[in-house]
Amino acid sequence: MASKVQVPAKTRTTSQGFLYSALILGWLVPGAGHLLTGRWIRGLLLFVSIASMFWLGIAMQGKLYAPNTGDVLDMLGFAGDVGNGLFYALGRIFDLGHGAVEIATADYGTKFIVVSGLLNFIAAVDAHNLRIGRKA
Amino acid sequence: MFAPSHFTAVLLFATFASVVFGITQRSTPKAMVRYGLYCWSMFVCVVIAASWVMWLIRR
Repeated sequence: MASKVQVPAKTRTTSQGFLYSALILGWLVPGAGHLLTGRWIRGLLLFVSIASMFWLGIAMQGKLYAPNTGDVLDMLGFAGDVGNGLFYALGRIFDLGHGAVEIATADYGTKFIVVSGLLNFIAAVDAHNLRIGRKA
Repeated sequence: MFAPSHFTAVLLFATFASVVFGITQRSTPKAMVRYGLYCWSMFVCVVIAASWVMWLIRR
């Protein structure tokens, strides 16, 4: 005898694993979210671009912002830097960033680091959109 | 220490940012390349134009 009990259909979350894995992985390692969704070339290009921007910023003696509650611009700088994920953590652990910006090149480097973090946020959200099927 | 000239820094910035913009803001590879090149040229052209404006203001 056939059962009439209705079984709820599996959601995308359960069928594809953790829904936010591409978002989190893409934030931690630039381009990794795209690799997770099978977009290898896009992932590699994103990794090369964002990693180059971050490490060139460090090489230019850019400043790595620390968590702070002081100046608003410093807080925004920290928010941008955090976008670099593990790169930011490495920079903080090994004390790679410079505290004070004294030359023009260091100012460029600081902007490179902040913008690379912001670009990584965009890339991670794009990976999430690919993951959930919002983008082809 | 890496100390690029102002213009080299602009070119590097424009290149990396354009790659990310192209990949994330468009869906097809062809559209990605086109949008990336558009962003790159806009970055560089606007910087050159702004540089000339600043030069004129300074004179």
